[in-house]
Amino acid sequence: MLKQLFPIKHVAGYISSLVLSAVALVVLLDMPFASKMAILVVTAVLQASVQLVLFMHAGESEDKKSVYINIAYALFVGLVTIFGTLFIFVWGWYS
Amino acid sequence: MKWDEFFVTGDPLIYGAMVSIVLVSLAILFGLTYYKKWGYLWREWLTTVDHKKIGVMYIICALLMLFRGGVDALLMRAQTAAPEMKFLDAQHYNEIFTTHGVIMILFMAMPFIFGLMNVIVPLQIGARDVAFPKLNAISFWLFFAGAMLFNISFIIGGSPDAGWSAYFPLASIEFSPTVGNNYYSLSLQISGIGTLLTGVNFIVTILKMRAPGMTLMRMPMFTWSVLITCLIIIFAFPVLTIALLLMMFDRLFGSQFFTMANGGMDMLWANLFWVWGHPEVYIVILPAFGIFSEIISTFARKNLYGYTSMVMSMVVISALSFLVWAHHFYTMGQGAMVNGFFSITTMAIAVPTGVKIFNWLFTLHKGRISFTTPMLYSLAFIPIFTIGGVTGVMLAMASADYQYHNTMFLVAHFHYVLIPGAVFAVIAGFHYWFPKVFGFRLNERLGKMAFWFIAISFNVTFFPMFFLGLQGMTRRTYTYSEETGFGPLNLLSMIGAIGLAIGFILLVYNIYWSTRYQPRDKTGDPWDARALEWSTPSPVPVYNFAVTPKVKGRDAFWFAKKNNEPLSDEKITKIHMPSNTGKPFVLGVAFFFLGFFLVFSWWTPSIIAGIAVLIILATMSFERDHGYYIPAEEIVQTEQKLRGDTV
Ligand code: HEM
Ligand SMILES: [Cu+2]
Repeated sequence: MLKQLFPIKHVAGYISSLVLSAVALVVLLDMPFASKMAILVVTAVLQASVQLVLFMHAGESEDKKSVYINIAYALFVGLVTIFGTLFIFVWGWYS
Repeated sequence: MKWDEFFVTGDPLIYGAMVSIVLVSLAILFGLTYYKKWGYLWREWLTTVDHKKIGVMYIICALLMLFRGGVDALLMRAQTAAPEMKFLDAQHYNEIFTTHGVIMILFMAMPFIFGLMNVIVPLQIGARDVAFPKLNAISFWLFFAGAMLFNISFIIGGSPDAGWSAYFPLASIEFSPTVGNNYYSLSLQISGIGTLLTGVNFIVTILKMRAPGMTLMRMPMFTWSVLITCLIIIFAFPVLTIALLLMMFDRLFGSQFFTMANGGMDMLWANLFWVWGHPEVYIVILPAFGIFSEIISTFARKNLYGYTSMVMSMVVISALSFLVWAHHFYTMGQGAMVNGFFSITTMAIAVPTGVKIFNWLFTLHKGRISFTTPMLYSLAFIPIFTIGGVTGVMLAMASADYQYHNTMFLVAHFHYVLIPGAVFAVIAGFHYWFPKVFGFRLNERLGKMAFWFIAISFNVTFFPMFFLGLQGMTRRTYTYSEETGFGPLNLLSMIGAIGLAIGFILLVYNIYWSTRYQPRDKTGDPWDARALEWSTPSPVPVYNFAVTPKVKGRDAFWFAKKNNEPLSDEKITKIHMPSNTGKPFVLGVAFFFLGFFLVFSWWTPSIIAGIAVLIILATMSFERDHGYYIPAEEIVQTEQKLRGDTV
């Protein structure tokens, strides 16, 4: 009974998202740039999955398809924004 | 801060505005008290969660903002009507074109569209309300709080003056030290939360609340356009939100994201702004495409030509709209490779847009066309928008844009897209759906008069600007000398602007006149139209549909009429409805004060208002509200009263 009432997934999600944020702070220490980026990318991806799966319940409803299409669209827009900006200001900058 | 810095002083125009604001507010307060309407206002409007009433409130605000933005436009045209005019000074002109742009796009076009989609989308898909009615009320009140915050800036503290695009470094605290751009950042953040919530709400509504049988590919085109629009909203607005947040940090807390020193990058603002900004123009134009599709097929008495290609072209536009943003700053310094790429993606958008134009033309082909007011706007849209589109392709060529950039040519171009695309569409939709909401049509004669004034004056106002731009008149210039030779065309443009003003006044007069004298419509379907919203009685009862319709194909209502089949044969049963709540309104008020205090960096009051916001949100989360039921007998009575005894 208590087990059903206690929102174990949400609490686990909450704690792990706090832990992930704390881990990301490690990059403030002195270390090579590449390892900083690696840590940030890994924690960011984990963080996003925690949010999507544990809080937004991606994959739980019957119409998973529309949720996944949505996530794909979000990835598309996010990546286009990041790489487009790099394209404009770094790789394609007039020199 | 001293009082004379708090209020904007020294300009007779603004003193006049202050006096009229005080007088109008007093008149409203007096009227409400005298006619004992406070309770009515609170019960029926401020606390409502009914999508139709929320829609009506959006549209009223949008009309008011159209006039605010229109007065700004007239003032600008008056100042530039002749060389060396002394009507507005440079600072005042800057503030006016900035507020004009922001208000027209974010506080006129957007809420007008939101208003129409609030009223119509649940009706078109056979639903009783949106998926989250309370959230919908929150959206509205946050939009309202943001809009009011933005509008008081011209008497309290001074308006933003760095253009609607608020480019850095100009918009930084160093070069724009007044509170103007704080208003910009905060009011757009607050109303932006509302916009985002609306996007989520309508996606869920459209995906989850369709009547049985209404598959996605049977939805009316307006609903489709709203679905795609909401998708763009939830992906584009977060970029603006973050950019505005960083702007706020730069201006209020001394961070250096967009400064030119300490590793900041001013150009990143322009970049982020347009990552949102270009999709934004599709957010205001796609619903317009939907509105025109409904109107054209209704008044050509034909089903929409190329339904599937209409849907596909919108999907393609929504993806492409995220791939073109750099065309707004070809001249910023990126190389030919980048400009070439963005030129091509930009021109590619013309293809799906062209598909839509041809679909409308084929829908008209061999139709039995009736020239009603909404149809006139839709027909005028096609050629005018095409001029806007063609000049858009001209601007898309990066090398040519070095010539057109930041001239009146650009101003002419985007008005040629936005006015037919957004303004004609919402006015057409307003005329078309007005009888659904209020139970009578707007007068056709007055409506057509307003149409001809608006359509002709629009061209008189903006066509000369193409030539002014080609002759080298830059945008955002508050005056010019006699020798430039810009005088005559600017004067012509001013004359057009007056014509536009007359047109819009006629439009409002028509609302007044029709309310008093138009005959009431008993059928619920005065245009002999096609989609489900017309199967309800007008004005639509709170519960929308007495029984949920069953959909067997596209244009469900049309075929039900032709084949004389009822849309549903079920019995009327009790209906579950959401109950009203005052909390969204209170939340809006709290957000308004939070924004206002932050604008002036009054920290203690800001913190108090912020805590108030959090408390209201918390009480909303823990609230239990199961709504209420309308008993079946009451529904039967209402239906009989609204439809006569035929049901
Ligand atoms: C009703 C008639 C209108 C007139 C006479 C008008 C006139 C003008 C003028 C004179 C300018 C500034 C030119 C300059 O000095 O650079 C301007 C700018 C602008 N207008 Fe309009 N306008 C009208 C309607 C609209 C509408 C309906 C929209 C949008 C839906 C709109 C959006 C804008 C924007 C975004 C700007 C740019 C502001 C800036 O430079 O920051 N206008 N308009
Ligand atoms: Cu663009």
